Amino acid sequence: MPFKKPVQKYSASINTVELGTGDKKIAIGGESVLPFYTFDGEIANAPKVGIEISDLGMAEELPGLRAYYDGAESVADIAKKAASMEGVDFVCLKFAGADPNGENKPVEDCVAVAKEVAEAIDLPLVIEGCKNAEKDAALFEKVADALQGKNVLFLSAKEENYKAVGAAVGLAYGQKVGGESSVDINLAKQLNVLVTQLGVSSQNIVMNLGTAAAGYGFEYVVSTMDRVKAAALAQNDAMLQMPIIAPIASDCWGVKEAVVSEEEVPEWGPVDERGICMEITTAVSCLASGANAVILKHPESVKTVSRLIKELI
Amino acid sequence: MALKGLDIFKLTPKTNCKDCGNPTCMAFAMKVAQGAIEITKCPHLSEDVLNQLAESTAPPMKVIKVQAGDVEYSLGGETVLARHEKTFVNKDLFAVNISDDMDDAAVADVLDDSLKIDYDRIGERMYVEFVSVTYTHTNIDRMKELAQKAAQVGRGVIINCDCPKASKEILELIKDAKPILNGANAENYEAMSAVASEYNVVLGVTGANLDELYETVGKIEALGNKNLILDVGSGSIKAAFENAVQIRRAALLNNDRTFGYPSLVNAAALANGDVHMQTALASLFTTKYGSIVILQKMSYAQALALYGLRQNIYTDPQKPMKVEPGIYPLNKADENSVCCITVDFALTYFVVSGELERSGVPCNMFICDAGGYSVLTAWAAGKFSASTIAKFISEHDIESKVKNRTLILPGKVAVLKGEVEEKLPGWNIVVGPNEAVQLVKFMKSYQ
Repeated sequence: MPFKKPVQKYSASINTVELGTGDKKIAIGGESVLPFYTFDGEIANAPKVGIEISDLGMAEELPGLRAYYDGAESVADIAKKAASMEGVDFVCLKFAGADPNGENKPVEDCVAVAKEVAEAIDLPLVIEGCKNAEKDAALFEKVADALQGKNVLFLSAKEENYKAVGAAVGLAYGQKVGGESSVDINLAKQLNVLVTQLGVSSQNIVMNLGTAAAGYGFEYVVSTMDRVKAAALAQNDAMLQMPIIAPIASDCWGVKEAVVSEEEVPEWGPVDERGICMEITTAVSCLASGANAVILKHPESVKTVSRLIKELI
Repeated sequence: MALKGLDIFKLTPKTNCKDCGNPTCMAFAMKVAQGAIEITKCPHLSEDVLNQLAESTAPPMKVIKVQAGDVEYSLGGETVLARHEKTFVNKDLFAVNISDDMDDAAVADVLDDSLKIDYDRIGERMYVEFVSVTYTHTNIDRMKELAQKAAQVGRGVIINCDCPKASKEILELIKDAKPILNGANAENYEAMSAVASEYNVVLGVTGANLDELYETVGKIEALGNKNLILDVGSGSIKAAFENAVQIRRAALLNNDRTFGYPSLVNAAALANGDVHMQTALASLFTTKYGSIVILQKMSYAQALALYGLRQNIYTDPQKPMKVEPGIYPLNKADENSVCCITVDFALTYFVVSGELERSGVPCNMFICDAGGYSVLTAWAAGKFSASTIAKFISEHDIESKVKNRTLILPGKVAVLKGEVEEKLPGWNIVVGPNEAVQLVKFMKSYQ
């Protein structure tokens, strides 16, 4: 009796969302099969890898990472370097400096930085806020205005600020809205419903289902992604068919394994290497569970994850 | 073909004696049909009926026992394709690889660092479970020497060898270690299976493609050997991933028992020397359907990430991960440092301890037995209350161990403040922030 291959191909599919413009624009989503199951059906758009940079520059980063950006003075220079690294499909500019509990940079300054970065690179741009709902809403509105026509994705609209962010980013300025929920399929769906009810087309929404680093409650991330993909494909749930993005850099570089210095725990070895492994492990597992894009910080992890994607697709 | 619950029910004694641990024979039959319980759990079935049922009611994916030093591990036995459907049961194991073309320095380079990794993460020992020894047909004497060396380090042994004669000679030397013999293929399966059976060890089978592997497994099963593990191959990453998925799906979706075996992934061979790619592959196959993953070597950096991932993936969704209740001094805290209390849900522990460490303020973190629930859930279930906190303080003899009398409560259970003050006279009860991220700022006042 010959081997009979099981097939899990679905009639429903994940929405295709385009980011950026021109030659370097990318598309995520579009598939009707489980992650990397090319043997079940075509995956037209391979998952994409983004590199995260901060409006605060490289001052706070580890020396190993800083070395990659040697000579880059302004955030725009850093963005240019980031965009030239192997495997980078898009650049994510994070406004860590906008945080009211941190440097609390005024919105106008952030807009200026966003404009400089957008002009410096031709790769698609993702804007990440400072996690403060109120500040992000104000910031995103101005940045979305300033970057009209660039087809930028904003991370993220949350339960607390989806109205302001959705209306400005999605409706007024025609950019892409990232909806962030906290590792729960029902919350993710509810947010998608709310944002679409504002009038934002479901084709312009990307989901951030909430993230964690491997080892830190990451099982919830995996299972939420598994369940969202199952609902989107097997049950044709239109409110869960948005592609998934997983910005995992800050989770990975914030856990003990990637923070504690080599002096404190000599047997663990260099801290850079631990962070890289944490990023690779978390990113690959996210991709295998359904993420259509991941955002990492270290050029070495970006390169590896991107190579693995090429091998699998 | 799988039997339906009703078919099985007809063969039970229908006495509802509960000897199998189920309330009724019907319930038992249903569970057997789902593969959740083995038919042999019913002590009242005749030999005939058992034989008739054993084959068709066996779980779709076999449990294969492997020896790793003093520890016996189970591989396979999975019943679902995604962990949320029920749970994954038998975690994947890791191996590092040495081969007969390596000199002593190269072997030491692999083994010294890899075997040093040995630590505890939430009650689970994290270490490299296997040493894999690959025969490259360079030097059989060297191969034998390394196999013996591997057998002596107290971990499990995997022998990658496709020559039946060499395999027999190696196994004779290290038979007590019960190694996995990986190397059967379409050409040599008969002789390899004979060696594996003679020494009663697990046999690894591979094929040029899925069809060939399927046919070879079928032939080995026909020889009476069902103690197998399936090597997903090292031709390409894409093929290896497809094979791992297809093997698992065939077993669980199609109930195809020929592929109802655990899988072995040689990430070292697939990644061609690229260490980071091996980490990526190990993550991929830990998430989906690898049972043993062979790496070139293991560093602490890899281990910390991969074992964390594995522990999460193999956590039973119905049983929250718990940490041991007790006093956890952070940032070099002593008996005079401020005290904080929270629940024993592992995620809460990680997030809260991480933020407290980040604050740099020495503090004594108390982990209270709250059934492994999060703060609000435990509070709602009555498992995190003024009484349980007072009980914790007395049971762990806190008042004689710690001199500081300030106790910070999680902000989400601010309502408990008054009651805790009543139960713990002499303590200054402070309500902390709602979210862990606010702790860094909050703790500054206790510097």
